[in-house]
Amino acid sequence: MSTPAIEIEHLSKVYPYGFLNLKKKRSLEDLSMRVDTGEVFGFLGPNGAGKSTTIKLLMRLIFPDGGSARILGKSIDDVSMHQETGYLPEQPYFYDYLTAAEVLNYFARFHGLTATDRHTRVENMLKKVGLETAGKIQLRKYSKGMLQRVGLAQAILHDPQVVILDEPMSGLDPLGRREVRDIILELKKEGRAVLFSTHILSDAEMLCDRVGVIVGGKLRGVGTPGEMVGIKTQGMEILFEVAEGKNLPLLAKATRTGERYRVQMPEEELYGAVDQLRGAGARIHSVTQIKPTLEEFFMNLVEADRAQANAVEVSGK
Amino acid sequence: MKNVWTVAANTFREAVRDRVLYNLVFFALLMMGAAILVGQISIGIEESVIVSLGLTAISVIGLFIAVFIGVGLVSKEMDKRTLYALLAKPVERWEFLLGKFCGLVMTLTVNTAAMAVGLYLALWTVKHTLEKSDAWILVAVYLILLKLALIVALALLFSCFTTSFLAILFTAGIYVAGLFAGDLRAIKAVDLSAGAMNLMKGVSYLLPNFENFNVMGAVAHGRAVPEALVAQATLYAVVYGAVVLAAAAAIFSRRNLK
Ligand SMILES: Nc1ncnc2c1ncn2[C@@H]1O[C@H](COP(=O)(O)OP(=O)(O)OP(=O)(O)O)[C@@H](O)[C@H]1O
Ligand SMILES: [Mg+2]
Repeated sequence: MSTPAIEIEHLSKVYPYGFLNLKKKRSLEDLSMRVDTGEVFGFLGPNGAGKSTTIKLLMRLIFPDGGSARILGKSIDDVSMHQETGYLPEQPYFYDYLTAAEVLNYFARFHGLTATDRHTRVENMLKKVGLETAGKIQLRKYSKGMLQRVGLAQAILHDPQVVILDEPMSGLDPLGRREVRDIILELKKEGRAVLFSTHILSDAEMLCDRVGVIVGGKLRGVGTPGEMVGIKTQGMEILFEVAEGKNLPLLAKATRTGERYRVQMPEEELYGAVDQLRGAGARIHSVTQIKPTLEEFFMNLVEADRAQANAVEVSGK
Repeated sequence: MKNVWTVAANTFREAVRDRVLYNLVFFALLMMGAAILVGQISIGIEESVIVSLGLTAISVIGLFIAVFIGVGLVSKEMDKRTLYALLAKPVERWEFLLGKFCGLVMTLTVNTAAMAVGLYLALWTVKHTLEKSDAWILVAVYLILLKLALIVALALLFSCFTTSFLAILFTAGIYVAGLFAGDLRAIKAVDLSAGAMNLMKGVSYLLPNFENFNVMGAVAHGRAVPEALVAQATLYAVVYGAVVLAAAAAIFSRRNLK
């Protein structure tokens, strides 16, 4: 088996807080996971779950209280691992007295690229993230989404094998989101590993080979988006329109929104229902499978966690 | 070392773009005013007045830059989170720190050199000539620069473990205390116990002795500065500065960013 792109073993982080930092808050507890090369891994979790903490630990911006991690087989203690990694911080901010092109050029120097190489890469990258017209403006005049784009550009400028993005879509307009999705898929096609955190489940479902769900500093599950929510369908849903006053027993179960009706049923009753609708001259708009979404899965975990937290609080009193 | 240079060059660029060098306008105006004034009251002390005033201004302006920008070198990058992307590049934390230090020292060197030129211009305006002994001014300027570099190192060290406000306070405090380090050593108080005396001695040797770098009195009167003194001050600044920077790097390398 090839070396995994990212390997995390029993990583944990405690933040001190309160008077004289005497109290401790566990932000991350015994996290172990791996991301393989050529894989897009989504890191899901509510606010304060520990996603950024994990990512910052990997980038050596903060230091763990226990555990270890390797990137492409190299311990993260070794700065040379940064040569092959790209990182987009959460809410990125850069030197505001520089232009986008200057910032990218500056960062590229640390990767030992030659001046001509830097120049062409910066040009291409600005084009890729849609900043080719803004490249010569000082970053203090950039909007939030534009800064996010600069952040993405600096993360992938040096063709890293492992790309770690902390909320890459945040602050972007719909077009920007699409562009970021395309960039992530392109990275995957080139065989690079991508780890990104997000709260947006549809992004994760659309892009990820696997997702990890983290709640309250603990990893609650890792798997393909399908596995995470269970593949079995829970039934079918028909969306239709029908003229007033038709005799349609189905209407008793249906809910109406505007002109349209929506009705749900077990899979085996589907054909009977379709025949009924045909008989009444109804117009069928769509027939879809009802699947528990990642969102529901996610909500259940978060609710369970809250309930547990409350229970602990009550019993602690 | 390439990384250190890259960071240093960017720090210098930041200082230039943030208009730090505009203080030179103030210095130029000050020297011009002084030259005009001294020229009118001419009683044979023009030269020493211009030189002391100029060197004092060079030192004070430099101090302000060293303390305020020195403290912000690292803490500003932490507060604004510009460090996050940078430290995720193949850069050691000490390289970043040393680069920041060198960048500000470069800025101070350019700034101080420009002020020295201004001082010579003012001197020429009042004397209409320059003598060989005026070259000692350069030595005085060099020693001021050494002092400023040491202060930048101290500001950097404090900003690595405390807030900017406290770091400014500590740096200014240690500067003032350092001016009296020599006096502290020489003190012979009868009513102090031997223990207290030793403690005071110990502290006085730990404090940076900024008097080492002050040759203004001699230079203002056209007297020579002993070579040994210059060599000793240089060695002192290098060793003391290296220790302070090493301590700063040790602290910063273990520091969790917010
Ligand atoms: N510097 C810090 N000092 C103290 N506690 C912190 C610090 N940084 C993070 N935490 C705590 O660690 C926990 C995890 O934070 P983290 O930033 O990793 O969350 P996240 O999953 O990235 O959330 P979000 O979706 O809001 O970005 C939070 O409860 C937070 O309060
Ligand atoms: Mg976060």
